[in-house]
Amino acid sequence: MLYFSKLRIIFITLISLLFIIFALSNLFNFDNKILNKKINLGLDLQGGSYLLLEIDNDPVIEQKLQNLTVTIRNFFKEKNVRITNFKLSNQTLSFTSDENSKQTILDEFASEESELNPYYQRFKSHQLDIVEENNFFKVSFSKQGIINLKTSSQDQALEIVRRRIDEIGTNEPNILKRGNDRILVELPGLDDPMRIKSLLGKTANLTFRFVTNDTEGSFGAEKLEFEDGTEEAIVSKRIILSGENLLDAQPRMDTENNETVVTFSLDRVGAKRFGKATSTGIGKRLAIVLDGKVISAPVIRDTIATGSGQISGGFTFQSATDLALLLRSGALPAPLNIIEERTVGPDLGQDSINAGMIALLIGFILVILYIFVKYKIFGIITNIALILNLFILVGILTIFEATLTLPGIAGIILTVGMAVDANVLIFERIKEELKSEKNNLIAFDSGYTKSRTAILDANITTLLAAIILFFMGSGPIKGFSLTLGIGIFTTLFTVYFIARLLTVLYVSKNKEKEGLI
Amino acid sequence: MIAFNKYYNKFNILSVSLVIISLLLLTFKGLNFGIDFKGGTLIELRSTDSKINVSSLRDNLSQMNLGDVSVKNFGNETDFLIKFENNENKNVIEEIKKNLDKSFGNSFNFRRVENVGPKVSAELLRSGVIAISVALFLMLVYIWIRFEWQFSLGAIVALFHDVIVTLGLFSLLGLEINLSIIAAVLTIVGYSMNDTVVIFDRVRENLRKYSDIKIFELTNISINETLSRTLITSVTTLLALLSIFFFGGEVLKGFSLAMIFGVIFGTYSSIYIANTVLVRLNVSQKTVLREDKN
Repeated sequence: MLYFSKLRIIFITLISLLFIIFALSNLFNFDNKILNKKINLGLDLQGGSYLLLEIDNDPVIEQKLQNLTVTIRNFFKEKNVRITNFKLSNQTLSFTSDENSKQTILDEFASEESELNPYYQRFKSHQLDIVEENNFFKVSFSKQGIINLKTSSQDQALEIVRRRIDEIGTNEPNILKRGNDRILVELPGLDDPMRIKSLLGKTANLTFRFVTNDTEGSFGAEKLEFEDGTEEAIVSKRIILSGENLLDAQPRMDTENNETVVTFSLDRVGAKRFGKATSTGIGKRLAIVLDGKVISAPVIRDTIATGSGQISGGFTFQSATDLALLLRSGALPAPLNIIEERTVGPDLGQDSINAGMIALLIGFILVILYIFVKYKIFGIITNIALILNLFILVGILTIFEATLTLPGIAGIILTVGMAVDANVLIFERIKEELKSEKNNLIAFDSGYTKSRTAILDANITTLLAAIILFFMGSGPIKGFSLTLGIGIFTTLFTVYFIARLLTVLYVSKNKEKEGLI
Repeated sequence: MIAFNKYYNKFNILSVSLVIISLLLLTFKGLNFGIDFKGGTLIELRSTDSKINVSSLRDNLSQMNLGDVSVKNFGNETDFLIKFENNENKNVIEEIKKNLDKSFGNSFNFRRVENVGPKVSAELLRSGVIAISVALFLMLVYIWIRFEWQFSLGAIVALFHDVIVTLGLFSLLGLEINLSIIAAVLTIVGYSMNDTVVIFDRVRENLRKYSDIKIFELTNISINETLSRTLITSVTTLLALLSIFFFGGEVLKGFSLAMIFGVIFGTYSSIYIANTVLVRLNVSQKTVLREDKN
């Protein structure tokens, strides 16, 4: 245990130096690209906002089943199968048919190449489940169907969320999927997430529909409230134009009547439809509906064939800017709910950094003094190893550009406290060995050998705890387990290479000295 | 040599009573779950106006129909921590801001806002419980591979003792259980195991060495031989933890306190719980030699 080859010594020195340089790159700016890395500060240290959004897929499921009604009816009409009594409730579509058609319907849904009920070729499971009882059918999404639906609405929602956040222009946002119906948004440096929260809370489903008096039209109509709550209007369900047809939207000051408006321009299809609707509908009111509420319903005076227009609705400049932003970035496939929010202001973050650093410094100094008092020369060796341990730990965190959180700093401080354990085990063992063994070299050698299993055991138990925390913990806890876990490896490295090397150098110079430790 | 074994019985009685009291506390008083596990909203405020105090703030907020609102000082006189249960109102934070600005003038800085929905808090609680269970289970597997069953039992008993008594103390003092406490409990599990394993290693070594010493004496010898290590490591770990507790800021207070309790209990239990299990199971040289033959 006491022999070190020259090559090994060089190797140890180089590795230590490398990590020290990386650790220092947090303090100084190196010109080199590889070297110039920095530890990321977690949101709790640099301030920022963490939002967990959950996609409410229920409306999407309802909508899909609603659309399916028409598809099923048309599909079986061609096959001369009569289906009646379509009803949609509890995410289940029900209908009835007669005894003769029963098998045709069931076969169609069960067929592996079914057009009506796809997915089988790809997922070995259909999109829809169907049950039949006395010619009464119930259709609902299968497990696989729900998974696909959720995944696709998550993909779309992620894209829209990204666009909306990019439009606001916060620095380095982090937008990630969580599970199959959640989106995690981390916004460093943002201390008031109100605006983003309100922007993400809107589906931004924009439609242009005629105001009608006739509730029984072929498409049906619904009564909708105005955004400002002053008025109600019966609006046709027929959609003239939707947000998808928008190319651009901008807030603007309308100089004519001194009002803030949102101007928009339409794509070709949209422009055509808008032109047609405004030419046939002169004198009618066209309702502009956002998320089920009427923003305004102006009377059409002229045909608009240019493919651009403007929305007015008593906007402030801020609300017009936000609406334009929402329209530019597109509608969410489903509503988003913020189910978890954690925001830390920048000054609390700075306070936490300061407190963490002071705690680290004081803890470090106390441990170093205590160990020096206990072990003198070997205390110095342990302390050198401990200091290097800290540098290497920070160096590794820097190389991986890991995220340091406040609990992460706690993990580093705890590592400082527990790292000396290995050296203590070794030195205490050597002391015992020296009671029966007069030869210093032999006593040191067997001290190292005999303490090894206890040291490994001790570190494995802590490592187990750290690993579990890393995989099962969330957010800040991960930061703690990361530093604690890496700390175990750096501790073993510094104890067995650096402290042992220094011990060997000292002991081989003082072979004959009594009461060495 | 200190005769630790003289007090085996007394401390066993003490520990059993502590565990029973802790379990009673946990059953009847329960734990003070923070918003991480209970759901709700937490706001940390700093006021620039020293005239504002807890009661004026509480009076103001109680008019807002927030349900059960708790207002406390946080660390010093000008910092406040406001907590209330889940609120249907999505704009509740904005409304509180407006309300406070209206009543006190623009004198508050919102330093921290946390809002955990009921679904998330239930998930966090579940994953916390799973994490601790998995940790205990893995430790059990590790120790079972590493030692004879008598030793494993001793280590596990000590481990459960530490976790239960620490949680009992949290219940007694009404300290808040949040995510970082889960981290602390897991670290305690690791630390307690670490301490026990070091002593057990020595007990086993001594069992092989001496055939004529009874386990009652032998554990005492082993404890004494490893005592200076046990103390030094506990002291350095406590030094680090105390420095987090006093200088690491309010956020880490609960975490470091749990760890401090845990280290003290962990050190105590590896001496007085783990070893006494070996004594009560009458472990002898045969126990370890049988294993060696296999």
